[in-house]
Amino acid sequence: MADKVLMKGNEALAEAAIQAGCRHYFGYPITPQTEVAAYMAKRMPKIGGCFLQAESEIAAINMVYGVASAGKRVMTSSSSPGISLKEEGISYLAGADLPAFIVNVQRGGPGLGGIQPSQSDYFQSTRGGGHGDYHIIVLAPSSVQEMADLTVKGFDLADEYRMPAMVLADGTMGQMMEPVTMGSYQPKTVEKPWAVTGTRMQRPHNIVNSLYLNPEELERTNFERYARYAVIEQKEAMYEAFLMDDADICVTAFGIASRVSRNAVLAARAEGIKVGMLRPITLWPFPKAPFAEAADRVSAFISVELSMGQMIEDVELATRCKRPVYLCNRTGGMIPSPEQVLAKIKEIAGGLK
Amino acid sequence: MSAVQIVIAGFGGQGILFAGKFLAYKGLLEEQNVSWLPSYGPEMRGGTANCSVILSDSAIGSPIVTHPDVLMVMNLPSLDKFEDAVVPGGKIFVDSTLIERKVKRTDVEVHYVPATQMATDAGIPTLANMLLTGKLMKEVPALCGGDWEAALKKVVSARHQELLAYNLKALQTGAAFEG
Repeated sequence: MADKVLMKGNEALAEAAIQAGCRHYFGYPITPQTEVAAYMAKRMPKIGGCFLQAESEIAAINMVYGVASAGKRVMTSSSSPGISLKEEGISYLAGADLPAFIVNVQRGGPGLGGIQPSQSDYFQSTRGGGHGDYHIIVLAPSSVQEMADLTVKGFDLADEYRMPAMVLADGTMGQMMEPVTMGSYQPKTVEKPWAVTGTRMQRPHNIVNSLYLNPEELERTNFERYARYAVIEQKEAMYEAFLMDDADICVTAFGIASRVSRNAVLAARAEGIKVGMLRPITLWPFPKAPFAEAADRVSAFISVELSMGQMIEDVELATRCKRPVYLCNRTGGMIPSPEQVLAKIKEIAGGLK
Repeated sequence: MSAVQIVIAGFGGQGILFAGKFLAYKGLLEEQNVSWLPSYGPEMRGGTANCSVILSDSAIGSPIVTHPDVLMVMNLPSLDKFEDAVVPGGKIFVDSTLIERKVKRTDVEVHYVPATQMATDAGIPTLANMLLTGKLMKEVPALCGGDWEAALKKVVSARHQELLAYNLKALQTGAAFEG
């Protein structure tokens, strides 16, 4: 086992990508994810990899498309406004069934917004992000260790299901340092017989494409893709349950919001309030089952978010609105304090009595 | 559960983030849970820097320190900004060369250290941050023990290990300061 070292989330993610076998990085600088690019710029030339600062986000995602077509592990990273620019390319990656790894270290929006942490790209990422019928796998780390671990997971899932996977982090996850252990990853090796690597006159041409002018054929590809999505929803949903066994109230949060909420849950427990937390680790697929199950036991849910309330809709869907779901939020780069979350828990607990 | 929540704040270039990183590494070497979160927002562009550091025996929830047990400040705007946030009974460490006013709070323990002047006198003018950190560690039981030099080795870059001795001297000078 390798030693624990202190690393920024952005750097741990970049190192994990390299350990996952990624040797191609294309990006364009933007706060608060620039350390990912900086780390790649430093490391890639030393290990025979490719770091390229593209002329724009749009160029970078299309370079990703190129390398992905050749069957190699490839990534790009950005922050909210830059991800919006990449969405066209992400839709093309999905339409061409290409694996790719994308990082969004979110900042406040809309528009150019600010540079402080945010979770307001939840809708964008969990609903695909670009045009057309598609999803991408969305992973939400809540520690520097998970920034690393979920990166390796993201590459593996992308290859296995031939689709883009995204780590959806935020400014605090990218900037904070925590102890992290790496070096013992065993990335999956997935055969890619579809890759365009040259036929050597030995096989028919492989074609990577997202254009289907025949609607019957396009419909068929979408049906096939959604059959694959159904398998992913069945098999790949990940979450953490914290103090949920006897909980009357279920707090739910991901990423930095879950870290803040953890403090509030413990403080409420110290005051005798039976509260627990469900933390989705995959945002798509959303872990519906534990929410559906919790809806039969708890009296209310509280969704803690750094947005105007986006994940709350998935909580309502997963619980079929069986119980009220309250929102506790800050937005625009602000972060709820543990006191704010605790006050919300007490307010709801008081109403229940 | 024992945890200490620290905010270090001052001007960019004073080594604010470095001092925080050093404390975080010291905790890591003692097998504590640690987190370090820097300011990276617009305030940095305005010339101020701060970081939140938490050392804890149990898992760390929020890495954001809103109510520090320990506050170390190296400029007036930082004292103005964070003074009221310190928990009652908390400790404030002030570089009194750079901050002329006194702390208004009466429910906290305050240490005034002329760190910038002392560092200049000691021939290490750029290490006022570590000098003040030395005093801080001396006065906070949870931070006092352990191997200070080993933690320094982790944060002083491999290319500049010759700076190790200066940093250690700064810590020790600060720790020895009575006042």
